[in-house]
Amino acid sequence: MHLIREFEVRCMQSYQEKKIGGFCHVYIGQEAVAVGCTAAMKHEDPIVTAYRDHGHALARGMTSRACMAEMYGKVGGCAKGKGGSMHMFDRPNNLYGGHGIVGAQTPLGAGLAFGTKYEDEVINGGKNRRVTLAFLGDGAVNQGAFYEAMNLAGLFDLPVIFIVENNGYSMGTAIHRGTSMSHDLCIKGRAHGLKEATMDGMDVLAVYHDMHELAEWCRANSRPAFVDMKCYRYKGHSMSDPRKYRTREEEERHESNDPIGKYEQSLLAHGVITDETIKSIMASCREEVRDAIQFSNESPEPPMSDLYTDVFVEPWGRFPGSSQPDFTGGATNVCSFRATNGKEGLV
Amino acid sequence: MTAVLSSGVMSNPVFREPETLGGPTREIEFRDAIREAMSEEMRRDKRVFLLGEEVAQYDGAYKVSKGMLAEFGERRIIDTPISESGFAGMAIGAAMIGLRPICEFMSWSFSLVAADPILNNAPKMLYMSGGQWGCPIVFRGNDGAGGQLGSTHSWCVEGLYSNVPGVKIVIPSCPADAKGLMKTAIRDDDPVFFLESERMLGNKGHVPEGEYLIPFGHAAVRRRGTDCTLCSWGRPVNFCLEAAEILAKEGISCEVIDLRTIRPLDMPTVIQSVRKTNCAVVVDQSWSFSSPGGELAALIHKHCFDDLDNFVYRVHSDDVPTPYSSKLEQEYLPNVRKICEAVRAATYRA
Repeated sequence: MHLIREFEVRCMQSYQEKKIGGFCHVYIGQEAVAVGCTAAMKHEDPIVTAYRDHGHALARGMTSRACMAEMYGKVGGCAKGKGGSMHMFDRPNNLYGGHGIVGAQTPLGAGLAFGTKYEDEVINGGKNRRVTLAFLGDGAVNQGAFYEAMNLAGLFDLPVIFIVENNGYSMGTAIHRGTSMSHDLCIKGRAHGLKEATMDGMDVLAVYHDMHELAEWCRANSRPAFVDMKCYRYKGHSMSDPRKYRTREEEERHESNDPIGKYEQSLLAHGVITDETIKSIMASCREEVRDAIQFSNESPEPPMSDLYTDVFVEPWGRFPGSSQPDFTGGATNVCSFRATNGKEGLV
Repeated sequence: MTAVLSSGVMSNPVFREPETLGGPTREIEFRDAIREAMSEEMRRDKRVFLLGEEVAQYDGAYKVSKGMLAEFGERRIIDTPISESGFAGMAIGAAMIGLRPICEFMSWSFSLVAADPILNNAPKMLYMSGGQWGCPIVFRGNDGAGGQLGSTHSWCVEGLYSNVPGVKIVIPSCPADAKGLMKTAIRDDDPVFFLESERMLGNKGHVPEGEYLIPFGHAAVRRRGTDCTLCSWGRPVNFCLEAAEILAKEGISCEVIDLRTIRPLDMPTVIQSVRKTNCAVVVDQSWSFSSPGGELAALIHKHCFDDLDNFVYRVHSDDVPTPYSSKLEQEYLPNVRKICEAVRAATYRA
């Protein structure tokens, strides 16, 4: 959590220094959600999220270097500088993106769960063993795609957990101004037969404990779930948000309930760690992020040829002697991706 | 049988034109050809599955998937609710895991409510992830005007979707091509939009017995000619062949090129033909403004500027919403009469 906090603080600085462009949404205040949720899952469990995705990427194991360099638009980034802040992809860590369109990742989450279940049960003839986490903000609750995703998940018994990171605001609109039944979001999941849970997203141990229990239930029963994850976004929606829609008093009230501070106090009270340990963890996080920024500054700009790669796996299809002169000005491709992942999956 | 079997190994399938296979053929309907392709690929690879509205118990709204539920079972032939945005997105997620979904839209007109997943997710995933994830998926369904379906159900989506980088767009005109191209589409690692036509599903054609795959980006010359090159794809290719018959009686010899895929686009075949005929007419069922036909015409102008005796004429659907009235709908389409008029004008025989 310290790493994410430190990373996001430096991210804001880099944005102000114009090292980071475009839209940039920081995760400060919500760290316990990503950390508690990912810790409760197995590494092979797929994760998909929205555009406020740096926290999920770091919690899932992406290096600070790859995450920061992506925002700097450099080749050292997780997507070689082609995705940016809102589109963090990490195949080795089973992070299936960062997606920029509100709610669009929820059908994908249902599909990831469909895919793992199909692979485990239909292809391998065994039992479903993976659970997908699909994160969304409370603003995405009002997107039609989310209802379609929940309906499909309920209908097809998909092992997916939709985690609504309910920070109270969709951009600048308070939840009660944009969402019906906002006092009981779980009713939306209940309507589709999803197991429901409300969790305290400001308490990392509670998130971990509750999520672990829920995930194992989903895994064992191959069923979907809906989580109303109560949390708070300390900063604005994005870097350009002066937060005129809420009071400083409200912000201070939530910040006094800080997930990092609370967890530290709890660990200290139980004698698990000492002040020195905390200081050394903070120092190592600072050092890691400092190194990530240095790496991102030094990482080269993408070569111009990168503009044209990764558009198609094989622009002219998969057959010998197929290369043709390019008359359309379209892309060539030298990407490393193979859909089969080296296995042909033949029957 | 001279058909060369692919042996099921994806890295080196054998691509052959159906007419070069020799050997026995059968006359089957367009819908049967698509079903055969899907079934053969599903037998070959367990990762392939079909989902969509009414594809299973109903046997397909247009009977394309007839009998497939009985053979493959409900885990692989999947009825979805009427929820295009949801199931298209779900299919893309499954493709990211490594499956190879065939996602049927009963009509491509209904894909408009799934525009975000099919245009924002599938074609951009590979690029945005820096090459980490592609999207091996086939979206297929009926495209273009059916029979008096009115404006909302008659979309030619290639006019919209061909603008987007990252998709391959296949528009077959006959059963043999439909089968060979569908098999290639299923084995392709990129998202493929496969556009069928309700008006052609019952068309019969000779289809080889053996296995074959047709490569993308390879046009077929349907008729040889010397005076004018007619370039088209999908259903209007058949209109072009009819028009060529009529024009032949008037002494105008047309070469008819069936592009078969518009992304990728086989320009070398078009250029070679136009350099011979010095004249080109593009026939495209989508609306004219910002259309693939307009793009093709521009490319012909660019590459054959000194070869052309006239500018490239274009025949499209008229620039109005698709009418319901049968008479008006026939007039609206790029029909045989309009093609003949365009060729006469292009060859200065009007």
